[in-house]
Amino acid sequence: MQFDQLLQYTLSGLATGAIYALIGIGFSIIYNSTGIINFAQGEFVMLGGMLTLFFLELLKLPLWAAIPCSVLASTLGGVLFERLAIRPLRQPTPINLVIITIGASILIRGLAMLLWGKDTHSLPPFSGDEPIAIGGATILPQHLWILGITVVVIVANKFFFYHTISGKAMRACAYNRRAAGLVGIDVRRMVLFSFIISSAMGSVAGIIVAPLTMTAYDVGIMLGLKGFCAAIIGGMSSGLATVVGGLILGVLESLGAGLISSGYKDAIAFIILLLILFIRPQGLFGKADTERV
Amino acid sequence: MGFRFIPVISVVLTLLVSGTVNAAGAIKIGALFAVTGPAAFLGEPERNTAQMVVDEINRAGGVRGHKLELIVYDTAGDATKAVQLATKLVKNDHVAAIIGPSTTGESMAVIPVVEKDQVPLISCAAGIKITDPVKKWVFKTAQNDSLAVARIYEQLQRQRLTRVALLTVSDGFGSSGREQLKAQAARHGITIVSDDTYGPKDTDMTAQLTKIRGSHVQAVICWGTNPGPAVIAKNARQLGLKIPIYMSHGVSSKKFIDLAGEAAEGIRLPSGKVLVADLLPNSDPQKRSLMAFVRDYQKHYRAEGDHFGGHAWDAVMLLKGAIERGADTPAAIRDQLERTRQFHGIGGTFTYSAHDHAGLGKDAFVLVEVKNRDWVIVK
Amino acid sequence: MKRELLKFLAFSALVLLAPLLFKGGYLMNVLVFVGINTMLAIGLNLLLGYAGQISLGHAGFFGLGAYLSGILTASYGLDPWLVMPLAAIAVGCLAFLIGFPILKLRGHYLAMATLGLGIIIYIVFNETVELTGGPSGLSGIPNLSIGATTFDTDIRNYYLIWTFTLVIVLLAVNLTNSRVGRALKAIHDSEVAARVMGVNARLLKVQVFALSAVISSLAGSLYAHTMTFVSPASFGFNFSIELLTMVVIGGLGSIYGSFLGAALLTLLPELLRGAQDYDIVIYGALLMAMVMFMPGGLVRGVPELVRKVTRMKGRPDHA
Repeated sequence: MQFDQLLQYTLSGLATGAIYALIGIGFSIIYNSTGIINFAQGEFVMLGGMLTLFFLELLKLPLWAAIPCSVLASTLGGVLFERLAIRPLRQPTPINLVIITIGASILIRGLAMLLWGKDTHSLPPFSGDEPIAIGGATILPQHLWILGITVVVIVANKFFFYHTISGKAMRACAYNRRAAGLVGIDVRRMVLFSFIISSAMGSVAGIIVAPLTMTAYDVGIMLGLKGFCAAIIGGMSSGLATVVGGLILGVLESLGAGLISSGYKDAIAFIILLLILFIRPQGLFGKADTERV
Repeated sequence: MGFRFIPVISVVLTLLVSGTVNAAGAIKIGALFAVTGPAAFLGEPERNTAQMVVDEINRAGGVRGHKLELIVYDTAGDATKAVQLATKLVKNDHVAAIIGPSTTGESMAVIPVVEKDQVPLISCAAGIKITDPVKKWVFKTAQNDSLAVARIYEQLQRQRLTRVALLTVSDGFGSSGREQLKAQAARHGITIVSDDTYGPKDTDMTAQLTKIRGSHVQAVICWGTNPGPAVIAKNARQLGLKIPIYMSHGVSSKKFIDLAGEAAEGIRLPSGKVLVADLLPNSDPQKRSLMAFVRDYQKHYRAEGDHFGGHAWDAVMLLKGAIERGADTPAAIRDQLERTRQFHGIGGTFTYSAHDHAGLGKDAFVLVEVKNRDWVIVK
Repeated sequence: MKRELLKFLAFSALVLLAPLLFKGGYLMNVLVFVGINTMLAIGLNLLLGYAGQISLGHAGFFGLGAYLSGILTASYGLDPWLVMPLAAIAVGCLAFLIGFPILKLRGHYLAMATLGLGIIIYIVFNETVELTGGPSGLSGIPNLSIGATTFDTDIRNYYLIWTFTLVIVLLAVNLTNSRVGRALKAIHDSEVAARVMGVNARLLKVQVFALSAVISSLAGSLYAHTMTFVSPASFGFNFSIELLTMVVIGGLGSIYGSFLGAALLTLLPELLRGAQDYDIVIYGALLMAMVMFMPGGLVRGVPELVRKVTRMKGRPDHA
């Protein structure tokens, strides 16, 4: 029985962690190409879920059509955000950028509240909700979707950053923006790209998680925060390190809640995060091992 | 440098100081609701209901010829803001009474203001601390958590279930329920085997439920407001948890069934009667009020009226009663409120007295169960 | 220095006379909180604007001050005036100890660590129900009093809070114009260069961190005694972010800017009250607009705006 429980804690933690990882990678991509900690990242997660719901219920689209529409619409939101708020900034100091993304997150959340109200909504699961037994533990089909889509996104990311011109150019910007500009890379365009990719990824995360966790105009805050943690543990890499960071965070929370104290589970996760930072100030995986993409 | 911003500030400040014009003969009622923020699920129906009832009263010619003027402020669920706005209602708007706030925390924060400035307050929050001990100027309409807890425990006793697990949300609503659940357990012969919490924004509670499953309890009692309990219901179904699940009146609305879907089947909870208004026998003294409220709310807002809105309905009607009996100053309204006897409202039948400012008996709650995606009364 | 003194005197006169404008309306109550927020913003500004170190957890120190004062006076009946400095010292020591490992971090890692610290403190408030009353809060905290005067009205609290605020303003102005202030600015510009010049950058950063925690704790104690009620929700992540916004909107590295930022962000919800549910949208849009059009904060942006407007008036053909 004890083993069953441990297995269940771990599985649940991994599923939650995969979501944190997806959001975390969104943070890292923008951070690496612009130096911005995008506090509005969580809002794209919210937009993913809420827009899918909007297309499903108001426009009566089927689920398979509503999802890409929603990703497209959230990505458009990301583009608008970059064009209207980030690019025209006269003094893009890091702290001004932090405030502007905070402002944007409040604005987006407010608009969502006005448009869709304050109620919580649930999305239908992609393929039923009959539990699947694994050993003594159970997971839902939706968990498999989450894990599967996370893997697909990571692989696609890897491919994009290593095997396409745009991806390589973005990596160049991450290493040294100045130098990238000098060799003819359009840095501003890469910044726009980074917003496109991360808002799309955020919305995908929001969509696949909504059938399990419900969605509402204000889900972005908490999920954004957790994604940020995942990115930090992973050393702000947009590759595997952040994924591992997210999974560690998810499993820590789950084990903390199950074995130690459910009330302090977030505190436990944060204490461990602090310890990691104290011992390894450059994230768990250190600067040397991290690909800063 | 130092002087340059002074005119700016004074302009800003003068903008803020705008006196309110009093309609002749109108009685001003202030309202503090958490219309936005984490407690919006309380504040929004409360605001809607209060506005609806006041409009209706005015359309019917007011109370004793006085129109009522409702001034609503949004506290966003923030205690600091609630205090500022309560002060504003008292000092600037000169209201005769205040309805709200929506949450226990805000109510506790506002109490010193109304006690000092001597304005009656009818809180719409459930915390037992609000009116126990009795404060001269403070009343409330929401049913005490202790009554809901007693309702669940009586049912468990009847079924001879003694070992329970608690799973409560770590906000004001959950902690107040948790306190009551622990306090009353012994009296009903119930042992609390495990006591877990979850965060209001948590998205997965399988860890807590796995632990509960491993502790061989006979029932789970979960105290929270949407969406947490719906997530718990789904998680419990995923884990194949077979024991009975009891929830709180925090999720007694159709919304919970919509969110939890299949997983809601068989879940029981204590609820205000509004949820099952149409199932009540005609002999029920509350039936008329309940049906009127449900019908009006549906007409005005095209949504199901819930018992949170009911708290505001009761508060406005209690004030109306007090004003009808001749009160129009804060002090007179307070005295008349205290003389309220057998008022059949939404939350229950209210009888206030000098040592009871909560006014409800145990009959305020009925036990309901989800069957075929609808609520039925547990006999 | 004389200029600074004049500025301070003008500011004090403004503070002293402001109540005459409002004759005891509820706005007095709001201005009390402007005072408390000014203290907090100055504390954070010393750290962020002068030493260049970000903190997303300052609401935690604010809360620690408030809860220490609240618990020790309401539950243990200690004298508020005794508890206030004790709480400040305790919070200062905590910040000093934790400052060494935390301030070793930089940039977004520092942001994350301070954010985590704030959240841990918040969770402790929430979970230690026996001490703090948990999420439903702690009530029955006494008002402060001197002799027979109890600070239980808005006007009395106004003068009480603003006396403290003015003292903090004076201290901060003095500090930033002293050798320490210059050393801090050096760290802000280049830590390596500052070290080369013989500044013990590490210790100084930690000291400023502790000082800003002490100021926050003090503000917390005062908050607890004016509100007579505290609950964890007032000290969460959101409030840390709001403080940060006050400092940046007001103007980094300007003490009076912190006041402007605190005043604007505290009064803004009151100004937007008429906008009903739209207020949150307008609030977000305003924040963005402020950073876009006044990147140096109010303290630099407003004079610039005034200059522009007067220039426009000077040349009517331009309009």
